[in-house]
Amino acid sequence: MTQESIALRATGITKSYGPVKALRGVELELRSGEVTALMGENGAGKSTLLKILNGDFRPDEGELSIDGMPVDFGDPSDARAAGLRVIAQEPEIIAAVSVAENIFVGNLGSVGYNRTALLRRTRDELERWGFHRTIRAEALGSELSPAQRQIVEIMRAVVSRPRIICFDEPTSSLGDEEVTLLFALIRQLQAEGIAVGYVSHRMAEIFQLADRITVLRDGAFVGTKLVADTDHDELVRMMVGRDLSQFFHRDPAPLGETVLELRGVGNQFVDGVDLTVRAGEVVGIAGLVGAGRSELMKTIAGDYPTTSGEILVSGQARRIRQPSDSIRAGIGFAPEERKAEALLLQRSVRDNAALVVLRSLSRWIFVNNRAERALAQEYIDRLRIRTPSAEQLVGNLSGGNQQKVVLARWLATKPKILLLDEPTRGIDVGAKSEIYAIIDELAHQGVAVIVVSSELPEVLGVSDRIYVMAAGRISGELPRSEASEERILALAMDEDVAA
Amino acid sequence: MNIATRKDNPVLPAQTQTQPSAPTRSDVERVSTFRRVITTVGVQNISLILAIAIVVAIIGIQNPLFFTVPNLKVIGTAIAIVGLLAVVQTIVIILGALDISVGSIAGLASVTSAMIFTSTTSAAMGVLGAVAIGVLCGLVNGCIIVFGRVNPVIATLATLAAFKGVAQLISDGRAQGYTGADPFFVFLARGTLLGIPTLILVLVLVAVLAHVVLRYTTIGRNIYAVGGNNIASRLGGININRYIIGVYMVTGAVAAIAGILITARTGSGQPISGSEGLELQAITAAALGGAALKGGKGAIAGTILAVILLGVLTNGMTLLGVNTFWQNVAQGTLLVVAVVIQQLRSGERRIGIPG
Repeated sequence: MTQESIALRATGITKSYGPVKALRGVELELRSGEVTALMGENGAGKSTLLKILNGDFRPDEGELSIDGMPVDFGDPSDARAAGLRVIAQEPEIIAAVSVAENIFVGNLGSVGYNRTALLRRTRDELERWGFHRTIRAEALGSELSPAQRQIVEIMRAVVSRPRIICFDEPTSSLGDEEVTLLFALIRQLQAEGIAVGYVSHRMAEIFQLADRITVLRDGAFVGTKLVADTDHDELVRMMVGRDLSQFFHRDPAPLGETVLELRGVGNQFVDGVDLTVRAGEVVGIAGLVGAGRSELMKTIAGDYPTTSGEILVSGQARRIRQPSDSIRAGIGFAPEERKAEALLLQRSVRDNAALVVLRSLSRWIFVNNRAERALAQEYIDRLRIRTPSAEQLVGNLSGGNQQKVVLARWLATKPKILLLDEPTRGIDVGAKSEIYAIIDELAHQGVAVIVVSSELPEVLGVSDRIYVMAAGRISGELPRSEASEERILALAMDEDVAA
Repeated sequence: MNIATRKDNPVLPAQTQTQPSAPTRSDVERVSTFRRVITTVGVQNISLILAIAIVVAIIGIQNPLFFTVPNLKVIGTAIAIVGLLAVVQTIVIILGALDISVGSIAGLASVTSAMIFTSTTSAAMGVLGAVAIGVLCGLVNGCIIVFGRVNPVIATLATLAAFKGVAQLISDGRAQGYTGADPFFVFLARGTLLGIPTLILVLVLVAVLAHVVLRYTTIGRNIYAVGGNNIASRLGGININRYIIGVYMVTGAVAAIAGILITARTGSGQPISGSEGLELQAITAAALGGAALKGGKGAIAGTILAVILLGVLTNGMTLLGVNTFWQNVAQGTLLVVAVVIQQLRSGERRIGIPG
């Protein structure tokens, strides 16, 4: 039992982003020579915890200790100096330099920058960890596939011989062969007495690799189990905690005619997408990260041009080449990245709500302030946007209220079709159910709604029908009555495995 | 959550609860009136007004000549040309870009206005021709940025040199023409309307126009939107390219007007002298006036106050006999200080090259 010494201990970790509590008193122990899996739904707080371990930011409360000594990470170099490495899910790779330089970036001095020595050292390391047949030391960063980029990121960590190493869904971009190599690498790390943390959604992987499993839910610590003492069903219960679909059970609205139809729509992101949405219908789109869901929404919204197929609105083919075309066709689009792509954070609620319909609130070029204020107030009341006034800067509102401001902007256009990409991401539970109520109401008013979501309970709860995407294609379609988490996941990983 | 959002709002009287003892009614009213004044005028503008007052007081005490009417006129006319460039620079900055070439456009316009006037003997032709050249220069800037995908700083740094070169080529590097006898140019340079120098009136007119457009029109609101978040603006259906090119064209036109004023004041077309270095002053004024170099934030009123502050400072240093070279140092220092204050307020992490 010597290998059970605790290398890393996190206790009572709490972290808030504005009004949203991302972590509430989380506990985590990583033991030398063991693999501890960290599980939880999207938004459970796994990424935030990893960022704290990586030194990206300090927790509001709680303590970290390594080998029993308290540590305080001000930035990632502190974490590295303490022998802790977190492997990023989407690594930053320098395109213009070789794999060798990418691996030893920031550390080139340690090999006394001599290209021959650097390449030799890189080849030795690749061989030691079993990746010498997968990747060449001389290859340029720009030539690497997503899987190879992930391997470079893993190599960056292991060459520094850390004592603790955390993986964040490392297999999401890897093919079968690389996954086998990765698992061998993890076994090797384990044999060398390194403590491994492993975040993943994939049950099969976890049962294959992990010794212990820690589960988070809504930012809180649920529990830690030995793999031998638990099973699939118990873990799902721990992660979900409650049957979320009962929280936002919708009354399906009477369906009208088909208002949106995609026939074989394709471009560099999506391929041959056929899809229909009827008036009053809420259609969910599920899929893994990178399946092309957001890209499909942006294509419909006119931000990415289509290169094949056609988009029909109310039975008529529309040329949608830029966002103004889709707006004219009656399509509204709330993007996933609320702050980066939708909001003017330094402007008022009024300004933000009126952005798209400003023209109609103006006489010639002069904005009618009264009409604008009335519009903002109407939606503040209707959507219950909690703000002291229409003049408040949007940057000062909570995530849920910011999302409502985005909805207000599009509802003001009286859209026939509304595209909502991750509408409840980063929003607290109360505001979530309000957003669901708004979606339900819109459907009853005859709006055709598409909801993209990574939270399966959300997709299941809110949709009348669900499309599942994988690798840029629609991999399946499920009516609400036949949909389940298992069936959606099976379809989502369908082509992921084949690719 | 309600309470949390309310706390952020400085206008609400709830703020006064921080006082330990129960405040009397008049206290509360006084505090909220004071707060209202501050929020309407803006902290930035109040600091600028205070700074102007302090600088004026110091210079006035040291040298009583400062308050004489001729000197105030000197300040006014000196301000007019920089002021025009600062006003349009503010619009460019709100849009999230920068125009370093304004000084060169002014020089080019100065030369062309004088040359066209000399060959046609028509002041109107000279003015129109110069403005047309300015608009064309702006169009070139806008197109390089939008279609050539060149960063605005690099694009206008290049045209700063190129436009200056064109002005030197067509003028052979010398002052051109003579406008000192033409009544219209004389009126521009030394005339008054209702006792106010024409130069200052031109600035006031352009500033008011810019203020109204930014504040009360769809065009102005979309400029703030593009500068604040260009992706959101694009997804909101705003034709961003049209705004970028349009703003650069307007900037070119106003820079040309500044060039015409240079011609009027000196009596001839000046390819370089009188316009070189104006871009630095214009950008400094906009930054001091509170325009965020990241875009989306700024106002004409702040810029005008900053222009006055800079004008008073330059004039004061001359009156007090400060070496001109030191004035350049002061100019550069002010720009850095203005931007540092802005950045510290935004609370950005001190890592890497700022975005």
